[in-house]
Amino acid sequence: MSVAAIGAGTGSKQNEPPQKTGRAWLPYLLLLPAGLWLLLFFALPLVQLGATSLYDPTGSLSTGYAMTWSFGNYPEALDAYKWHFLRSLGYAAVATAICLLLGYPLAYAIAHRAGRWKNVLLVGVIAPFFTSFLIRTLAWKTILSDNGPLVEALRTLHLLGADGRLLATPTAVIMGLVYNFLPFMVLPLYASLERLDQRLLEAAGDLYAGPVSTFWKVTLPLSMPGVVAGTLLTFIPATGDYINAELLGTPREYMIGNVIDSAFLVRLDYPQAAALSFLLMAVVLLVVFVYVRRSGTEEIL
Amino acid sequence: MSGDLRLTNVTKSFGPFTAVDDLTLTVPQGAFFALLGASGCGKTTTLRMVAGLEEPSAGQVTLGGTDITRLRPYQRPVNTVFQSYALFPHLSITENVAFGLRRKGVKNVAPQVEQMLSLVQLDDFGGRRPHQLSGGQQQRVALARALINHPQVLLLDEPLGALDLKLRRQMQIELKRIQTEVGITFVHVTHDQEEAMTMADTVAVMNDGRIEQLGAPAEIYEFPATPFVANFLGQSNLLAGTGGLARSGDDLSITAHGSRFTVPAARSRATGDKIYLGVRPEKLHLVTSEADVPSGFQHLTGTVTDSSYVGVSTQYLVRTAWDTELSVFAPNSGLGGSLPPGAEVTVAWNPAHAFLLDRLDGAGDATHALVEERA
Ligand SMILES: Nc1ncnc2c1ncn2[C@@H]1O[C@H](COP(=O)(O)OP(=O)(O)O)[C@@H](O)[C@H]1O
Ligand SMILES: [Mg+2]
Repeated sequence: MSVAAIGAGTGSKQNEPPQKTGRAWLPYLLLLPAGLWLLLFFALPLVQLGATSLYDPTGSLSTGYAMTWSFGNYPEALDAYKWHFLRSLGYAAVATAICLLLGYPLAYAIAHRAGRWKNVLLVGVIAPFFTSFLIRTLAWKTILSDNGPLVEALRTLHLLGADGRLLATPTAVIMGLVYNFLPFMVLPLYASLERLDQRLLEAAGDLYAGPVSTFWKVTLPLSMPGVVAGTLLTFIPATGDYINAELLGTPREYMIGNVIDSAFLVRLDYPQAAALSFLLMAVVLLVVFVYVRRSGTEEIL
Repeated sequence: MSGDLRLTNVTKSFGPFTAVDDLTLTVPQGAFFALLGASGCGKTTTLRMVAGLEEPSAGQVTLGGTDITRLRPYQRPVNTVFQSYALFPHLSITENVAFGLRRKGVKNVAPQVEQMLSLVQLDDFGGRRPHQLSGGQQQRVALARALINHPQVLLLDEPLGALDLKLRRQMQIELKRIQTEVGITFVHVTHDQEEAMTMADTVAVMNDGRIEQLGAPAEIYEFPATPFVANFLGQSNLLAGTGGLARSGDDLSITAHGSRFTVPAARSRATGDKIYLGVRPEKLHLVTSEADVPSGFQHLTGTVTDSSYVGVSTQYLVRTAWDTELSVFAPNSGLGGSLPPGAEVTVAWNPAHAFLLDRLDGAGDATHALVEERA
């Protein structure tokens, strides 16, 4: 898709009469509102948060916080909560993988097999957004509850022990993450599979590729932009999520989001909360960077 | 023969619409076979049924005696050059060409790919991506990608449709050369009659899901089987005959617009009473008076209404007494001058060049080429 964009760009450049260059400021004007918005509500708070993370760790709300450039806040916070970081990355990775496995066939079916039901199914994918994240997760609490029908059924089938439970386990947290972030996986995958030229699949079949090798050699590589976008859109918010662990797990399942949440709102340890926020951002950026670089070398169009 | 491709009573319907209607034809092994017809007549559908991309509603497709009607595309020893090329955008030219071999489990593909790229004269392009090539180059990659598998039959769906005229002529010659070199059966779909005639050993003219005529290009051109063929493959002057045929020796005679004309009995495909007398425009000669009509020729008179100079020939329209405009192509051989519009002329032809066809009841004279559409 970047290719098409580049192609279109050079094409219009060639056809453009020279006086058009006088309007070079136009794109910047269009960027201005969003730019101002980002400056006010993203860049400035970020700077403030960065400053907070370097405040004196012994300060409190009553005594006030002094800027002491305490870089030590970072190693301290990391050391105290490294398991929460690892758990967050692990849960998010597993949830992302499950979302991909569930979302890919779904997106493929909607894009190529749904016929006139396409729009209905797409609305179905988006429908959960019509209610709040919190309410949906609370609903899961009911579904997974110890005397709910799901647990009963699993016990009857001996897939769960007689006193086995779903709620308050890592499984429940991951199921919640999968449920809540599945649309973020499906929509980019759908957009990318929708553009997939069916004639290329026919060509692969004509060239002795059976359904399985057509998938691995043509369908999957051509939908990689959707896979990358979908996994990032799922993985990034899932890593920082705290609602699922809060409602469906116990402190043993708490993720880094829960720690930040309590540092900010319960323990009122602002320097540590800010340092953890920055650490989370750094970890996520690092993971994303490595991931994009690696899938980038696989020559995505 | 052993490797013949045979379609037997093949029909393909899409809902109530019949795209291919009870089609039967045989493509001999090693032939360059052209399927010629206007857009929408069912050419692509026919090819897709041979490739396995479409399942016939009825009938049978056999290749070398084996029934392949229900085989999946990847199980057939048939490859296609698609109208849209359908090159894999995420693979290099080399990998596009190697695709089929790799799927068949061939280990060392490099020498074959190299050889194939050189056959289509793209030696140095292996590392590029499809979008970095011109239309003509992409077309050759599509050809190489199919040919490298040495299929028993190569299907080409208007592969030259997107090319400009010059490149098209060049590629026609190239395709013909390659076909002669590799000896694979080519089934070439086109709506360009000139392309079909210059390239193919055998041409099948399709109309509305059926084959109207099948034969060598010259044979079809010189003696078309139906009014459709007469005016789709080139152009013909078809005059509506009245009354039946009368036979005298080896000749048949027919009355059209009050005059009697004769045609050798061997040049008649007429089976009923409604008949067309046909003559190709270039078989008509213009002379200034009836005295100049060569002996043994037939003639009628008219007025020149239009002349267009097209280089090798001048194309005249001659209006007859009954208001039909005949087309006459006069070669610009330097003999005889040009005739101005308004000139009274005599149109003469050798009866051996005329032909008789069945005419639909109520159909009048037909002297215009059918408009060629792009498929
Ligand atoms: N999948 C399809 N569904 C419905 N109609 C089709 C389909 N494919 C082709 N047709 C119809 O069948 C006819 C023949 O199509 P096609 O074989 O593509 O023609 P050609 O290649 O000669 O231009 C056309 O009228 C087309 O609209
Ligand atoms: Mg077609």
